[in-house]
Amino acid sequence: MPGLNTTSTADISFMLLIFFLVTSSMDSDWGLSRQLPNPENQTEEQEVIVKKRNALCLKLGADGVMTCNDEPIAMDALTERVKTFVANDADDPTLPEMSEREVHLLGRCKVSDRHVIMMDVHRDASYDMYFQMQDAIVRAYHQLRDELAQKQFGKTLANCNNEQREAINMVYPQRISEQAITEEGGGR
Amino acid sequence: MKRGVFRRRRSRELPELNTASLPDLIFTVLFFFMIVTHMRDVDLQVRYEVPQGTELQKLTHKSAVTYVYIGRVKDAPVDSFYIQLNNSLATVDDIKAYVESERSKMSSEDQPRMTVSIKADRDVPFGIISDVKKALQQSFALKVNYSATEK
Repeated sequence: MPGLNTTSTADISFMLLIFFLVTSSMDSDWGLSRQLPNPENQTEEQEVIVKKRNALCLKLGADGVMTCNDEPIAMDALTERVKTFVANDADDPTLPEMSEREVHLLGRCKVSDRHVIMMDVHRDASYDMYFQMQDAIVRAYHQLRDELAQKQFGKTLANCNNEQREAINMVYPQRISEQAITEEGGGR
Repeated sequence: MKRGVFRRRRSRELPELNTASLPDLIFTVLFFFMIVTHMRDVDLQVRYEVPQGTELQKLTHKSAVTYVYIGRVKDAPVDSFYIQLNNSLATVDDIKAYVESERSKMSSEDQPRMTVSIKADRDVPFGIISDVKKALQQSFALKVNYSATEK
């Protein structure tokens, strides 16, 4: 019996390959994940009075100029500014209050749960600027949490288990409020 | 010591190249592409260039992701931006219905982790983004992902 002629199999599979190359896209989706607050809580319109020391007012104007507590600030400096604002290790009276709390795995420690970052972005400001702002703030939180993870557990945040991550997120919760829309939580 | 051992045979025909393994090879490449890529499900009508960031997370659970595209349309003025949902251009008011229909298409386990990926051009004014976010919030699509590329 003669062997099956398979010379065309290569051509057929080439066709399939080209078909898949054309119809599919390689781009893997990366992005900055944020959690929007529940609209139901919003309707109650809780007016929370925030002490001046607990608030970091970030304003982005239509011309792309960013101000932090009414002082102009560069995008590169924002991460450091947010870090010193959230952490307040030295108990500076101009920086947010820290409260002592019992945290699972960490014991009693100072928790920065009073601070609020308030974002006020002009409608004509570019999305890119807004995105960079969000990115810088998330980076600040990420760095703080990473440092704490290194100190407490001796490993990076990415290597911590869920329990440890939760404990760290308790110490540095993301408290960002946007005008009209408030964002809280965040995936990290 | 015989010299003859090293003498080559002269009239030797060049054998035909064996291509029996070629289909297997190509199939391997094919499977590779089938695994690493995913089907393009929409025809993009808007052009956009996403911003760059450093704190990015990969979108997992592709089946739970819904996309909102915001960008420029060909032959339109440079500073006018359009929203695209599925295969057609839409306005902010259509987002609610779109989210509802997308959510009903998802399986029950995907519904709670439904994520909306906003793929917007970096020059889009924040007002549009803000309106989109408000609409998403009203329709309880609270997980938002601002699509970006690694810096």
